[in-house]
Amino acid sequence: MELLNTIPWMLIASSVAKTLFLIFLVVLPIVSYTVYAERRVSALIQDRLGPNRTGFPISLFGFKKDLQLFLGGLGQPVADAVKFLLKEEFTPAHVNKFYFWLAPVLAMVPALSTLAVLPFGNYLFGQKMVVADVNVGILYVFAIASIGVYGIVLAGWSSNSKYPFLGGIRASSQMISYELSLGLSAVPVLMIIGNLNLSDAIQYQIDNGWLLLPFTDGKLTLREFLLWIPVLISFIVFTISMFAETNRLPFDLPESETELVAGYHTEYSAMKFALFFLGEYAAMIAGSSIIVVLFLGGWHVPLLPINTLESSMTPGGIALGFLHITAFFAKVIGILIFFIWVRWTLPRFRFDQLMKLGWLYLFEIALVNIFITAGIIALVK
Amino acid sequence: MAYTVRRPNLTFWEKIYLPNIIAGLAITFKHLKKMLKGETHVVMQYPEEKWDAHLPEYYRGAPTLVKDEHGRERCVSCQLCEFICPPRAIKITPGSIPSESKFAKVEKFPEAFDIDMSRCIYCGLCEEVCPEQAIFLRKDYAVTGESRADMVHHKEKLYELGGTMPDLVHKWNPEK
Repeated sequence: MELLNTIPWMLIASSVAKTLFLIFLVVLPIVSYTVYAERRVSALIQDRLGPNRTGFPISLFGFKKDLQLFLGGLGQPVADAVKFLLKEEFTPAHVNKFYFWLAPVLAMVPALSTLAVLPFGNYLFGQKMVVADVNVGILYVFAIASIGVYGIVLAGWSSNSKYPFLGGIRASSQMISYELSLGLSAVPVLMIIGNLNLSDAIQYQIDNGWLLLPFTDGKLTLREFLLWIPVLISFIVFTISMFAETNRLPFDLPESETELVAGYHTEYSAMKFALFFLGEYAAMIAGSSIIVVLFLGGWHVPLLPINTLESSMTPGGIALGFLHITAFFAKVIGILIFFIWVRWTLPRFRFDQLMKLGWLYLFEIALVNIFITAGIIALVK
Repeated sequence: MAYTVRRPNLTFWEKIYLPNIIAGLAITFKHLKKMLKGETHVVMQYPEEKWDAHLPEYYRGAPTLVKDEHGRERCVSCQLCEFICPPRAIKITPGSIPSESKFAKVEKFPEAFDIDMSRCIYCGLCEEVCPEQAIFLRKDYAVTGESRADMVHHKEKLYELGGTMPDLVHKWNPEK
């Protein structure tokens, strides 16, 4: 009985509720509709139309026409999911079975785990809208996100075939190279904020204006204006590194289909392939969320009142809480659209160009940027 | 002798790459915007919109059998098309014209004429080889079926698709 009373049931229940809400009601739908957006936007950019007529196939059951419940092919993600579930789960004979089965899981889990520390909203129902409000936030994100490479490397290695193997090798070298500039470009931001906790990062941006747009609090001091330069550099380096980290074009060398068939997931089919796919897009969402939290003020909307713990139980406060969550994911979707837009604009880098860019340019720029930031912080009050 | 590839001399702005990325993004955005405003019309929505009216005269669609202006079937069951067909899609069963007809003992006729459309490669050799101008490749291209048996075009179907084509061969007509 003593032991039972010490268990924080409220905390566990609220954390589980927040996790379920975040993963099943927000992130996974966004993932599937990002895939849809990817196909539609790519089509529109290339003067095509993309999937625009998926309905429910009731003609299979004797009806005359399919039911067009969702307009414009919005049922496509549902059809994709059903297709992945119904396809044959084929494991080739020559693979290393244990790691072959482990790899898709390792691709998916880290991407979703990074979401745990992201403050995706203000107070709602008397709860802070973050699953784990830990004060090593950004370090946790970097640590977990870099585990994501193991899924790809294991997939490439256990497939026991040349193209996945090359894809796995490329993934590991690319991720290690860009992890450095990713971490270093976040340092100036953390120096300005002075805290690793992501909720505090947002609080700082509410008080002083978003880092990328320092005038959102209505004033622009000399210090903010000078810090704008390193923040801009850091934003560009961080975004480019995030492209490389999430294996997006122009850095999708691990699966470059012109050279490596499908890269690390060549031997995968059905739901195991779908897990890689989901993992990649979930990692994109996690990456864009970090960009939003660090540079674009998280869930904060200028000129909108901010909930306190007490006001979050009132009807107005609940509406405001949901509005803040919506604002956060609207920003994330904006960044995702930018990811897609870049993907269908730029051609893939050659591998030596990728390495050169990572080690000779981005790494140095990020390093020098830290000193610039330190100088400005020390000299300008 | 070694051949040195001349690399282009890039300016500073081209070397730092970012302005060109932004220019590229602008180009793709322009395409996106034009598509959203409906200014580009490249894609046809297939079953609703079709290009049929623009098919050229020489278009080779599904092979069909044709009748002449008197409604007589022109095929005399010589089986040249069956022999020349590269994928062996055509199968003809020859038969004799009944003795009460005035064409009896003059020519034969096909009792059965099957073209397996799952084999046909639309090469047009049957049309080219036919001495009676009885088989033509028409403009039907959407040949579908739910089984292999569905994909075989029998004689009735071939005549239905072919229709009549008058004034090609006059051997059946009474002499003037």
